[in-house]
Amino acid sequence: MDFELSAEQAQIREEVLRLCARFDETYWLERDRDGAFPEDFYAAMAEGNWLGIAMPEEYGGAGLGVTEAAIMMQAVAESGACMSGASAIHINIFGLNPVVVHGTEEQKRRMLPPLIAGRDKACFGVTEPNAGLNTTEIAVRAEKRGDRYVVNGQKIWTSTAQEATKILLLARTTPKDQVKKKTGGLTLFYTDLDRSRAEVRRIPKMGRHAVDSNMVFFEDMEIPEENRIGAEGEGFRAILHGLNPERVLIAAEAIGIGRAALARAARYARERVVFGRPIGQNQGIQHPLARNWAELEAANLMTFKAAALYDAGKECGAEANAAKYLAAEAGFHSCEQAVMTHGGMGYAKEYHVERYFRESMIPRIAPVSPQLILSYLAERVLDLPKSY
Amino acid sequence: MKIIVPVKRVVDYNVKVRVKSDGTGVETAGVKMSMNPFDEIAVEEAVRLKEKGVATEIVAVSLGVAACQETIRTALAMGADRGILVETDVDLQPLAVAKLLKAIVAKEDPKLVILGKQAIDDDMNATGQMLAALLGWPQGTFASKVVIEGDALTVTREVDGGLETLAMTLPAIITTDLRLNEPRYASLPNIMKARKKPIETVKPADLGVDPAPRLTVVSVAEPPKRQAGQKVGSVAELVQKLRTEAKVI
Ligand SMILES: Cc1cc2nc3c(=O)[nH]c(=O)nc-3n(C[C@H](O)[C@H](O)[C@H](O)COP(=O)(O)OP(=O)(O)OC[C@H]3O[C@@H](n4cnc5c(N)ncnc54)[C@H](O)[C@@H]3O)c2cc1C
Repeated sequence: MDFELSAEQAQIREEVLRLCARFDETYWLERDRDGAFPEDFYAAMAEGNWLGIAMPEEYGGAGLGVTEAAIMMQAVAESGACMSGASAIHINIFGLNPVVVHGTEEQKRRMLPPLIAGRDKACFGVTEPNAGLNTTEIAVRAEKRGDRYVVNGQKIWTSTAQEATKILLLARTTPKDQVKKKTGGLTLFYTDLDRSRAEVRRIPKMGRHAVDSNMVFFEDMEIPEENRIGAEGEGFRAILHGLNPERVLIAAEAIGIGRAALARAARYARERVVFGRPIGQNQGIQHPLARNWAELEAANLMTFKAAALYDAGKECGAEANAAKYLAAEAGFHSCEQAVMTHGGMGYAKEYHVERYFRESMIPRIAPVSPQLILSYLAERVLDLPKSY
Repeated sequence: MKIIVPVKRVVDYNVKVRVKSDGTGVETAGVKMSMNPFDEIAVEEAVRLKEKGVATEIVAVSLGVAACQETIRTALAMGADRGILVETDVDLQPLAVAKLLKAIVAKEDPKLVILGKQAIDDDMNATGQMLAALLGWPQGTFASKVVIEGDALTVTREVDGGLETLAMTLPAIITTDLRLNEPRYASLPNIMKARKKPIETVKPADLGVDPAPRLTVVSVAEPPKRQAGQKVGSVAELVQKLRTEAKVI
């Protein structure tokens, strides 16, 4: 067992932190205020070839593992960019894994390099208003007509769809009443987000204003057959591959936010003097912060255990889910405590922790809720009856 | 043309240093270490000279504990071609570093050595000058602009009241000032390539140099805490306090 980052991993962390230092707290405060996509941050990450960190070398990536990708995404969040930074590039990192695993050689050559280079921006359309966490209930319909599919229906929460040129879309190709297996009948596509046939409406939301989330309404949007990833009806299986790595990345991001908040809280607790002493001299202030540290670092161990298992080609479903759950909760607790430690100032935008706090809710909710994770662990690890 | 760039591992500039409880130095255990910022500028300048076709090879040299390898890796990721680690646990002072670098110069035969003007840990501002003296080479210190044409080197220095321009002939020593350039960020592919670049390790004895310190640090202490100021309600009160308490008017 080795809990140290390798020299190369440590350097990745350092360089990402150094790059992110260019985009300081004022930058993210401004993006949160004006809601503009962090274009220059996105461009800087692309320019350093960071977006392809976990993508194969043949297509312009670095061919490193989920471990390195997690180190990088954690550093992004920890720099104070939080989800505003992490979500801006999240899909580039591992989103096209289904293409890597199920795509044809021609598709990989066509689809991967532009996303790795940051020339394309993509969004991921899975969630639907009437399906919720039950992905097998997905109703957006892709109907085969000749050599193309025609898409109708509605997705919700599709992040970065305001910016995206491409969409990774899970849609139904066989009506539910005609499938043999619940998970059948769904097909995955990676295609142009044709705005003449897809209306994208921004959802006003709690935080992460720089990275939009949307309702997307499809009306006869056409997808050429060559943009289908894998076989028809195999879409559910295709996205399954990417789920565990995504949980690991989200976990790493949540820990990054938690650490950023904790650093601010500890600094404030050292400097703020009330009743003639730094507030951090009171155990009522110290202990919760110390607990936040312990929670964050414990979650971090689980996160990197899951990453190591995945990179070693081993089963990591339980660990990846547990990591996502623990990290999201620890990150949130840390942000909450950071606001409380700042007293009234915690509620002022100028002190940044209120933004962290709002953004720390996202890893709890998406891409899967804590309840569903616990249900999964109960079923898969504890062998209890399936509850969902 | 070969360029040597010495790079020092120092406590990161963002770290708030703490004095060791026994007053012998500052705490470095568990503290984040990075490349001396002026050395980053030196590496950047060398890489730019290489990109312009002026330099053909850049050798990054670090002197100190084994962990200095990582500082060399950072230089390699920025664009240096190979590294030399002069490994020792001895606390190195500028004269020892200058002597060791002189021995490296004798082995490597570079046309140019670019150093930081000082290291942010001990602020000595001595190594470059000492090396120039030991080698008998001209020096352009505190460089804010460097131009090389053939064997002619022009170094611009920011001095009080304006710019001073020095002309000299290679081989020479340059030490970098803050405004010489803005160091680049290492890209991921370059970090990965850096892992494959060679680093040679030598000991001071291999170079025939005794690195033992000549100066003794007597004590290291925190600067005195600044007293809190006073708020005054009016100009009259200020004048009165300056007269009666501060006794300056
Ligand atoms: C900021 C943000 C960005 C997002 N970005 C994207 C994106 O880019 N692409 C995308 O496809 N989706 C995205 N999502 C959607 C996200 O993945 C979903 O919101 C999430 O999966 C939860 O689904 P739901 O909202 O439909 O919740 P529901 O399924 O309606 O669940 C509501 C609540 O009920 C609970 N619940 C439901 N069933 C059970 C059960 N059987 N047992 C116990 N509890 C249960 C859930 O845990 C949850 O607490 C995003 C969401 C947010 C907030």
